[in-house]
Amino acid sequence: MYERIAVMLMKEFLQLKRDRWAKFRLVVPLLIQMLVFGYAATFTVHHVATTVLDLDRSQASRALVSHFVASSRFQVVDWAQNQAQVTRDINEGRAVIAIVIHAGFAKDLENGQQAPLQVIVDGTNSNTALIALSYISQIVGLFSQDQAPAMLRTAASAAVPAVSISLEPRPWFNDDLNERWFFIPGVIGTITLLQVVSLTAFAVVREREVGTLEQIMVSPIRPVEFILGKTVPFFLIGLGDVALVSAFGILWFRVPFIGSPLVMFAGTVLFLLAAVSLGLLLSTFSRTQQQAFALNFFFVNPLFILSGFAFPIAAMPAWLQGVTVVNPLRYFLVVIRAVFLKGVGFPALWPDLGAMALLASVMLAASILRFHKSLD
Amino acid sequence: MSSGTPAVVVDRLTKRFDEFTAVDGITLTIGRGEVVGFIGPNGAGKSTTLRMLCGLLTPTAGQATVAGYDVAREPEKVRQNIGYMSQKFSLYGDLTVRENLRFFAGIYRVRREDLGSRMDFAIRMAGLEGREDVQVTTLAGGWKQRLALGCAILHRPPILFLDEPTSGVEPEARRRFWDLIHDLAADGVTILVSTHYMDEAEYCNRIALINQGRLIALGTPRELKGSRLGGQLVEIACAPLGKALARMSAAPGVLDAAIFGDKLHVVMAEGGLDLAGLRQALADGGIQVGEARAVRPSLEDVFVRIVTRKQDAPGAAA
Ligand SMILES: Nc1ncnc2c1ncn2[C@@H]1O[C@H](COP(=O)(O)OP(=O)(O)O)[C@@H](O)[C@H]1O
Ligand SMILES: [Mg+2]
Repeated sequence: MYERIAVMLMKEFLQLKRDRWAKFRLVVPLLIQMLVFGYAATFTVHHVATTVLDLDRSQASRALVSHFVASSRFQVVDWAQNQAQVTRDINEGRAVIAIVIHAGFAKDLENGQQAPLQVIVDGTNSNTALIALSYISQIVGLFSQDQAPAMLRTAASAAVPAVSISLEPRPWFNDDLNERWFFIPGVIGTITLLQVVSLTAFAVVREREVGTLEQIMVSPIRPVEFILGKTVPFFLIGLGDVALVSAFGILWFRVPFIGSPLVMFAGTVLFLLAAVSLGLLLSTFSRTQQQAFALNFFFVNPLFILSGFAFPIAAMPAWLQGVTVVNPLRYFLVVIRAVFLKGVGFPALWPDLGAMALLASVMLAASILRFHKSLD
Repeated sequence: MSSGTPAVVVDRLTKRFDEFTAVDGITLTIGRGEVVGFIGPNGAGKSTTLRMLCGLLTPTAGQATVAGYDVAREPEKVRQNIGYMSQKFSLYGDLTVRENLRFFAGIYRVRREDLGSRMDFAIRMAGLEGREDVQVTTLAGGWKQRLALGCAILHRPPILFLDEPTSGVEPEARRRFWDLIHDLAADGVTILVSTHYMDEAEYCNRIALINQGRLIALGTPRELKGSRLGGQLVEIACAPLGKALARMSAAPGVLDAAIFGDKLHVVMAEGGLDLAGLRQALADGGIQVGEARAVRPSLEDVFVRIVTRKQDAPGAAA
């Protein structure tokens, strides 16, 4: 048994070594995606164009406005004189956010009443809007602490196109709202999945296409030996991927790693088992590399969308949420984010780890069953 | 495998893909050390039959035993006893000669102490001494083919199934390959080899002609050539060929007529037209006639003759 697996592994690594492009293909896309997500796709926003209408013109209102001016998040582009000007700024795209302080703001504060602050947001880019709103609530929160015991109430009303904005507390575990920290663990899982699944699937399908698979099937090799020989290399590559990308995220982007490496390792192992099993399963459904490519495109890309990487699962329609249950990436993202940012351990993560183990076993069993040594 | 049992017994073996019957009730017995040629045009069902014998495809009906084991029930036992070269080129092009051999030796679990000598043997057999560390892609077709054979016999199988091993290889390399086949047969290896080159039939102890999934003739090359035509074969140079063919097919005493290259081959029944009558019949049809002479039939003539007779009388026994 070991003899056969050993020669399969040796062959796989020799081929990888010979393939001059492989080193490039394995590492470069990983780092590029990491950089792209790390820098470009974070939700952190700076210098949001803001228009301010201060109808109160009090010391308190000026103090509040100065908080916005001081923050690098906002850039005051216009000091509006009236409501009409505010509406124009927003409609014509000069400003994304308008802060309107009504007359009587300071008096309300003094009287210990709730002092309404109107925030108008251009909801066209709902991401920016949401993020900007969360900054505003932070700033307002700080301001109201300064002004204690006075209370502030923010009322948000949205401009065209209307979105209903509720300032949901989002469970960030970084006070600086550093989305990079939120994203990078997600990137690690996502690009590892894409790479490992396609590598495994293509490795099998290529042999089927070239004809070497038929030559192997006619030997006394056992399916489990073939499957191990074909998956272990990509499992190891996946481990390398996770280590490389994690190190990059921690060292370059300074993402904190609070949790236990052991939990991280356990999660990664289960996740990679699921990934190679999925690749193997896809390969049993493809005769040609084109078919494998198509399957990969239609089944693996949605995993990324349905993982909670960028779009919260809780916001999906119920039936789609049901679909995410069979997505190993969904569980791995929970684990990896929890380990990186929260330092949560096995007691909290066992359902996600268990789900990955279950998915991996089911897919592996299915591919072993499907990979009987026959061409029928 | 005891010496008494035949190496391969095929009994009414059939394979259907959906409605299409690719192999249709083939029956055949191959003794130890025999070289049997599986000959037929593309799509005849040669590969499908060989794959069933290797346990790669499950027979739809009928059965086959290889080395005494039923191919459908004990495919793993069968696999211990066979070497197989699939029709597709089946080595790793990006690995070297030695790495390919090492891989297949490992897959077949060749014992460590035998490893060196078996690999050396395969390298010598393929004529690749001194090129052990060359990547296989860079080798010419003939060498690749011989190396593939070397990989298929590393575990010393008593039975070999070779599926068109010489296709796409230049004639000199084909001849060398057949020398290897005979060397192996001399050592007692049973070989079933498919080809669509009729001329290679001469190298086989026995030939199984197959067409459209059916075994249409089985015998030694001499038997087939001697007995199957049923008349005298005449080769005629004439033009235009199409018109000549039509005229000859209808002529009295002509059993069969077919175009062979730029000539016409006509099988004439005993007591029918003689050569002069034949020329006359063609000339009457406005056909230019050149040389006409009696020739010894090739296997191709036999094949064509049998196929046309089958089509004329469907269901007739081979
Ligand atoms: N897996 C398959 N599914 C459907 N038809 C097949 C399959 N394999 C072979 N055939 C058909 O069976 C016939 C015989 O094929 P094959 O055994 O490859 O012929 P040969 O090897 O003599 O050229 C062909 O018509 C081929 O198209
Ligand atoms: Mg074939």
